[in-house]
Amino acid sequence: MTQSKNNTRLEAHGLECIRDDRTLFSDLSFRLERGQALVLEGRNGSGKTSLLRILCGIRLPDAGRINWCGEEINRLGADYHEHTAYVGHRDGIKLDLTPLENLAMARALGKPNDTTLEEALEKVDLYGFEDVLTRNLSAGQQRRLALARLLVTDTVLWILDEPFTSLDVHGIQVIEELLDQHTSRGGMLAVTSHHAVNLASTTIQRINLSELAA
Amino acid sequence: MTSDSLLRAFTLLLKRDLTLAIRHRAEMINPLLFFVLVTSLFPLGIGADPKLLQAVGPGVIWVAALLAALLSLEGIFRSDFEDGTLEQFLLSSHPVSVLVLAKVLAHWLITGLPLLVISPLLGVLLGLPGDAIMILLVTLALGTPVLSLIGAVGVALTVGLRKGGMILSLLVLPLYIPLLIFAANAVDTAAAGLPVTAHLSLISALLVLSLSLSPLATAAALRISLS
Repeated sequence: MTQSKNNTRLEAHGLECIRDDRTLFSDLSFRLERGQALVLEGRNGSGKTSLLRILCGIRLPDAGRINWCGEEINRLGADYHEHTAYVGHRDGIKLDLTPLENLAMARALGKPNDTTLEEALEKVDLYGFEDVLTRNLSAGQQRRLALARLLVTDTVLWILDEPFTSLDVHGIQVIEELLDQHTSRGGMLAVTSHHAVNLASTTIQRINLSELAA
Repeated sequence: MTSDSLLRAFTLLLKRDLTLAIRHRAEMINPLLFFVLVTSLFPLGIGADPKLLQAVGPGVIWVAALLAALLSLEGIFRSDFEDGTLEQFLLSSHPVSVLVLAKVLAHWLITGLPLLVISPLLGVLLGLPGDAIMILLVTLALGTPVLSLIGAVGVALTVGLRKGGMILSLLVLPLYIPLLIFAANAVDTAAAGLPVTAHLSLISALLVLSLSLSPLATAAALRISLS
């Protein structure tokens, strides 16, 4: 990529989201730079997931625009998706494939990095489960496998919807460490979580969507 | 993205869908079983008069193939939609239409190819002459990929709906009609000992048209369904 490292940024201008004739949020603007995390807060149904899906480019905002390095994301398309990874509310893994097969697919869909699939599994404490069908893993293990997808491709912006769902205290710690490492290496995060997000070495921006609601 | 990594994504996705199909063998056999049962029930229902069977044979086989394909269409995107992997395809750094093509190819290999393999047997069962069976094979070889390709657009449009099955049939069946007419007619014509080049050219044209347009339309439809 030709973009210089410190120029990478995500900017939202005047975002609005309407769902079933209800305005979830309007005139929402923010700016996210390398090494920063955006934490979205708010009650259930306040539009956190919708906002994340808008950030991914899956959903279009009802007003406003999102720019990646100064260019609108919908115009960039695959050139934007190349830099992002999304772990949604649904895990995005196949229950009838093994963790290794799932990760191999995830890697092929993006821009592969140097981490081997085994290393990625080890980082989320799933080493030794690589050949078990994902269906036979526990909910927490499946969630960790979904998060392991983040590690096998070379991306800047991680968009995570409730990453800590079904994780135990230890699992949460492991994932928090991974998130912290990502931002300290110059990555960006956009996260929703009911659980308090503790990232020691990261500048955190908080947006509370319940307070913004019209 | 280099074409090398795109090719890898294509083959891996193809392999993934085939692996999943093998791990769900029962679902895979369903359309084939339907195809064989419907076709073999006809002689029982309308009587074993060879002339009659020869006359309705091509139509019966093609209608059964079409309904068998319709039965299996939902499977192209349904489970991927439900577990969230479909979102990952849309967010990949590769063109979605190429990934769609891999999935459609897998669907054809799983559901279309077995029909093709078993169809000569059913042709014999219905007393079709040898030439007609040859042409039946050719029309199925050219036509079943069209069924998968057109079907993919319909499934992509309806995958987000809770009860999309009914709408899917209404949406897709009219688009299958031209293929059905030309294909069944080709087999009929061959059974009468007449040349069928024109029919086969038309079916080939349908294949080329759907092969070039359907992945683009499917990719666009998936974006709409998921937004």
